[in-house]
Amino acid sequence: MSDRMIVIGGGLVGAAVAFGAAREGLGVCVLDQGDSAFRASRGNFGLVWVSSKGAEMPRYAAWSRDALKLWPDLQRELQELTGVDSGLRQVGGFWLGFSDKEMKARYELLSGISRAVDGIPFRMMEPSELRHYLPGLGPKVAGGSFCELDGDANPLMLLRALHSGLIEKGADIVSNVDVVQVRYDQSNGVFEAVAADGQRWQAERLVLAAGLGNARLAPQVGLQAPVKPSRGQVLITERLQPFLHYPMNKLRQTVEGSVQIGSSSEDVGFDDGTTPDVIEWQVKRAVAAFPALAKARLVRAWGALRPLAPDAYPIYEESESCPGAFVVTSHSGVTLAAAHCYVIGPWAAGLSQTPPDFADFSAERFRDPNKSFSHAH
Amino acid sequence: MLTEPLFSIPASEGRETVTIIFDDQAVTAPAGISVAAALLVAGASDFRTSIVGHEPRAPYCMMGVCFECLVEIDGVPARQSCLVPVKDGMIVRRQQGAVSLPDSEIGDGR
Amino acid sequence: MNVETTDLAIIGAGPAGLAAACEARTLGLSVTVLDEQSAVGGQIYRNVVSAPRARSAILGPDYSAGAELVSAFASSGALHLDSAVVWNVATDGTIDYIREGRTRKLSGKYVLLASGAMERPFPIEGWTLPGVMGAGAAQILLKSAGALPREPVVLAGCGPLLYLLGWQYLRAGARIAALVDTTATSDYVRASRHLMGALRSWKELRKGLGLIAALRRSNIALYSGCSDLRAEGTCKVEALAFRQDGRSVRIPTSLLLVHQGVVPNTQLSWSVKAEHRWNKAQLCWEPVTDIWGRLGETALYVAGDSRSIVGAQASAVQGRLAALSIGNRLGVLPDITIRAAPYLESLKRYTAIRPFLDALYRPKDENRVPVSDKVVVCRCEEVTAGQIRRFVGLGCQGPNQTKAFGRCGMGPCQGRFCGLTVTETIARERQLEPADVGYYRIRPPIKPVLLGDFVE
Repeated sequence: MSDRMIVIGGGLVGAAVAFGAAREGLGVCVLDQGDSAFRASRGNFGLVWVSSKGAEMPRYAAWSRDALKLWPDLQRELQELTGVDSGLRQVGGFWLGFSDKEMKARYELLSGISRAVDGIPFRMMEPSELRHYLPGLGPKVAGGSFCELDGDANPLMLLRALHSGLIEKGADIVSNVDVVQVRYDQSNGVFEAVAADGQRWQAERLVLAAGLGNARLAPQVGLQAPVKPSRGQVLITERLQPFLHYPMNKLRQTVEGSVQIGSSSEDVGFDDGTTPDVIEWQVKRAVAAFPALAKARLVRAWGALRPLAPDAYPIYEESESCPGAFVVTSHSGVTLAAAHCYVIGPWAAGLSQTPPDFADFSAERFRDPNKSFSHAH
Repeated sequence: MLTEPLFSIPASEGRETVTIIFDDQAVTAPAGISVAAALLVAGASDFRTSIVGHEPRAPYCMMGVCFECLVEIDGVPARQSCLVPVKDGMIVRRQQGAVSLPDSEIGDGR
Repeated sequence: MNVETTDLAIIGAGPAGLAAACEARTLGLSVTVLDEQSAVGGQIYRNVVSAPRARSAILGPDYSAGAELVSAFASSGALHLDSAVVWNVATDGTIDYIREGRTRKLSGKYVLLASGAMERPFPIEGWTLPGVMGAGAAQILLKSAGALPREPVVLAGCGPLLYLLGWQYLRAGARIAALVDTTATSDYVRASRHLMGALRSWKELRKGLGLIAALRRSNIALYSGCSDLRAEGTCKVEALAFRQDGRSVRIPTSLLLVHQGVVPNTQLSWSVKAEHRWNKAQLCWEPVTDIWGRLGETALYVAGDSRSIVGAQASAVQGRLAALSIGNRLGVLPDITIRAAPYLESLKRYTAIRPFLDALYRPKDENRVPVSDKVVVCRCEEVTAGQIRRFVGLGCQGPNQTKAFGRCGMGPCQGRFCGLTVTETIARERQLEPADVGYYRIRPPIKPVLLGDFVE
């Protein structure tokens, strides 16, 4: 029996959607790139986060909020199925501000979202209260905000768990594939993916989850994904004894003990390198937040490219001209993992209706020539 | 704890010495040698315990690439003792597993 | 930040770096040499100037010969920055390094990467036990501190350095419990094909044969063609177990020195995304350069053992050739051919013995790709060969995916000690060549950096 769904991209987004379809019994084939692919998944900061998301798109704020609620199920299911712990920790998370101006802007941002969307609570905190949760906070911290819904996970273990889960569910994962073309045959409703080396795969449904690769593939099946790379540099220390018990938006200690410091947003094309100036700037801010970190060692720095739409929000859409083809593009592969799995997966598999208000996520929004976009993701 | 050393320096090499403190024990070493060499000659059979399995570890390469010789020197954790020359009065400590940041700075954070 | 500038910045003060500095100075170039150690000489000429005479006598004439190069460097007018830890190199010649507790920048019109070699990992059961060290490490202890084993020591593996250390220990009166050689008869047969070529380096060949003859005369227990090496012990090494001619042997010892050759330390060249190829004779990666050592169209050159294993003398010559090419590019040496010709000639002579050595002392497959799943491959994160193989089963194509799945290569050594093993293990498992599997994406910081060193 041939596969019923091809998923192009085996990163966090593609793997989650594919797993969501495979667990419903669909025959799924995931076409993944090789060892040195750009792979935003490997540079993901690992937050499971809703705070400050969707200021200009309430549907996205609500989508992130709902994704967080689904996460514990995903964590449990993957752990039971594969034995791999994705490291979900939903204990609430902090944002730190270094000036009154930053504090004021943060308050306005979060209150705006809170007014527009139900169920995204937040609390502003003075440094004295913050220290109760975050001992060791430096004197330069002016204050912070807290949201009880926020948390983090281990992106690398999540990816491994999803891949293991896909294998458990009988999906095919084909690696080292560079898909250059996707086609739709109107006469029989079959999609075909063609790789650079000439290999071909056919299926009745097609999901484009190729990150930056979506920009080129989507138009071939009547979709759009005008995504561009935004580089994020992440710094990682040696393993330390646990001392940060809550994740922060730019700083978190992983279960293994290393402290992640991040993440920059740079418009530098397809360069996934690191730069000494950004490394230095990020280190200084981290040490300002927690002076004890001066005695920790930076072991790795990482540059990864986020696939960003012009407004930095996801694109989820089914093709009108080629029904059965879907585009799924988001840079929040960890936060949204459970929603990609449990909502997008069945939808793309044809097992559920289009989720409510999904027109908001259509790439139609980029067709208005008079609209300009800014993004502060 | 110090035991029978694996290496020794023949008396014929005699020259000026310094004293360092290793886990509260005074250790005498010829001036100019590395902390790692000084500890090996003093009988430190292990320098630290590994982070994952908590197994004892000791220097392997002596040239700055293996990172097995990490110790705390004068309050700075995870220093490569094979690259640091001994200095009189240096305070050196074994590391147990992952580096622990100073309590004084993170309070009851752990 | 204040950025110092120089015509030529050299990373590494071993034979390649020192010779390049001397040559560049004769051309009138400004030269700055950054080195991690507190004194110049690299590992091969470590401490050569201040070692007492008795120690130098033990180490032999090849070691003492380094003093000449070191003193030429001292009077060359090149700037030497000791205890400098380079953490970033850019293809335009900018270097970030830590010295005296803070990060600094140096901008070279050209940069020579001369970071030398490291001992090839020896991943066998028990190799993480205290008391198991590289033979090179023990030799560094001898050069830098005059330290000798107290108890009878076991030397195991293969390669010139192992025999040299044995010879040096004999001269120093240290006791050797056994020399356990993994070289088999088949290796001699394979190497004999390269013997004619090696005769062009007859001096080296004669020296090597002399060492081995001295060891044979010494009455120490010599075992050859050994396999299934295993370090035994619980908290520290207690014995080396192995097989020879179908029988099991176990030699108790508190100090096991292992060695199976050296490999280029390629962290710097990988970190700038230079192209590397797999050297099938030396079983390691090497950066692709032009004949002068330049990396593509960059401001970077590589010389010496960090380019390909050639030994100290050839490394020095490569350093000189790189300096000449850089002088030529900077316009101070319009005609490079006359000055380069004798160097190119001596380079041929010094490297003629390599194919012979590479064939004879080719490390055994079982000592590069562990047979037992239990063997620790990544010493820092304690990842085993079995785990790597399981990740390949999950679809991992190369070392970057196994790193993401199991943290192999994420520790403080930044993959230096597991990289070759992981590449070869994955290649074996996938039945591919190492060249098709690739290597870690090495990124800055080249070495771990204290966060406090970024803060004033």
